[in-house]
Amino acid sequence: MSVQGLEPLKARRFKIQNRALRRFLSRPVALIAGLVILFFVIIAVFAPQLAPYDPAKPDFVSVRKPPSDTYLLGTDENGRDILSRVIYGARASLVAGVISVFIAVLLGVPFGLISGYYSGFLDEVIMRFTDALLAFPFLILAVALAAALGPSLTNAMIAIGIASTPAFIRLTRGQVLSVKAEEFVQAAKASGARDWRIILLYVLPNSFAPILVQATVTIAGAIIAESSLSFLGLGVQPPTPSWGGMLNVAKNYMNQAPWMAVWPGLSIFVTVLAFNLFGDGLRDAFDPRD
Amino acid sequence: MLPFIFQRIFTAIPTLIIVTVMVFSIQRLLPGDPALILAGEEQDPQVIEYIRDKYRLNDPIPVQYFAWLGQVLQGNLGQSIRTNQPVTQLIFQKLPVTIELALISILIAVLISIPVGVISAVRKNSLIDYTGTFFALSGLSIPNFWLGIMLILLISVRWDLLPASGFVPFNEEPLENLKRMIMPAFVLGTGLAAVLMRQMRSSMLEVLKQDYIRTAEAKGLIKHLVVLRHALRNALIPVITILGLQLGGLLSGAVLTEQVFTIPGFGKLVVDAVFNRDYAVVQGVVLFTAAAYIFINLLVDVAYALANPRISFSGGKS
Repeated sequence: MSVQGLEPLKARRFKIQNRALRRFLSRPVALIAGLVILFFVIIAVFAPQLAPYDPAKPDFVSVRKPPSDTYLLGTDENGRDILSRVIYGARASLVAGVISVFIAVLLGVPFGLISGYYSGFLDEVIMRFTDALLAFPFLILAVALAAALGPSLTNAMIAIGIASTPAFIRLTRGQVLSVKAEEFVQAAKASGARDWRIILLYVLPNSFAPILVQATVTIAGAIIAESSLSFLGLGVQPPTPSWGGMLNVAKNYMNQAPWMAVWPGLSIFVTVLAFNLFGDGLRDAFDPRD
Repeated sequence: MLPFIFQRIFTAIPTLIIVTVMVFSIQRLLPGDPALILAGEEQDPQVIEYIRDKYRLNDPIPVQYFAWLGQVLQGNLGQSIRTNQPVTQLIFQKLPVTIELALISILIAVLISIPVGVISAVRKNSLIDYTGTFFALSGLSIPNFWLGIMLILLISVRWDLLPASGFVPFNEEPLENLKRMIMPAFVLGTGLAAVLMRQMRSSMLEVLKQDYIRTAEAKGLIKHLVVLRHALRNALIPVITILGLQLGGLLSGAVLTEQVFTIPGFGKLVVDAVFNRDYAVVQGVVLFTAAAYIFINLLVDVAYALANPRISFSGGKS
């Protein structure tokens, strides 16, 4: 069934997206942030080609060597090359960031859509669950879940995904409530369109921009959360390299090998900063008020 | 006013009930027999049977839940399998340390964020504004455990200015206590300062656009008097609300900060409990933090309503 007004609506949405893209491209900081993210993605994808040494193979002859021509960033307590481990560590961080946000979107958006669209009792129940989830401090919930599920990267991603879900439920619900009142949704309802069709064709696409912005910023938070869990020993398990895990070991060698702590932390900082700046750029581009 | 407080309490009750169901469910998520898990390394069949009886693990799950809830409502969060101490006692032993850490970090965050936020707003799009905004975003992006490690490397290892770790109670040696708390509190306060600075800047910008500010300026008042006397007071209201909402974030941050600086607080309690497989403690701490968060937010809402006469207690427009 076609609904009158769908074509102009699509055209309007296309125009808004086009304008947002132009505005985004005119922001150099956001563009540089995008390039930094791309740089880390390339590093993660081509880690086997880029890493000069095996990141997990110990070399007890080269234990805790400072940076040199042979080992550009030095070696760790087992003689492993820090540069290679930082390169491979990008994999865990980026995968954890993206997949845990994917889990949060997959759980949060449908519940937010249902909660906002149907209101009433269902809305009340979903919102009380959301409030309850929000009551748990993010990392304490993630620690408790990771501890319950067992320490691993997969379980850390599930834990971070669940802990990030309430933000998406709230955001989507708010968007639905504002879009629901629009004339085109009322028109679609009056013309007899089914609920799921209205939700998928009208409500969801109009909520896309804020969800995208939230997802980008949440990836930043998820990367910090993954490295925090790995730092506590509840994420990626050794000998697989992860930035948080590397810092966990590095803190024990601050006197003897301070270089061990610098690069993994700097990598987390730069990646997270890039995602935050990219998210800010997207927010400004989609928000015509600024 | 009273109906508003009651209404707010009534909406908090279902949330609290769901929190208890979730905490109880997390325990059920644990792979394996809960009796074996609660017994820890103690594998004596008699002990396991005793635990099974004590926690009514042979009963149907809803019965177990209500039995557990009954205990919780009496303030009994179980016992640590490591120290045999009641979990409530452990929490109240460790909590003052984390509260002290949190209070100092809030103080540091407020001292940094309010002036920087105000100056950034007043000098919008200036070099100071860009620098402030960049530092705020950096504060949000820096993992606080790494910042802690870097500060230890510089301030303690290289310059030998402050002790790297450890804790001395305030009532025993106040100066030594502050020397050991200042670095972790700064680390914990960085993220909070970033959030508050961004909020302060945007709410100040909003207030500076208002008519009464223009009137005050038109009357010939000096710019900084307008900002300090008229704008700041109103711009602070949303900042205080955000501060209330960030308390959960501070507890999360404390988990990592206490780990880096070896501070025996609430955060270290939960991490140690996870590694000791002391699930009664993990469960108790998680429940306590969530309940405390709901309670603090309830207080913030009520205080906010009391302080701001524009908020209607009946839900309609006043």
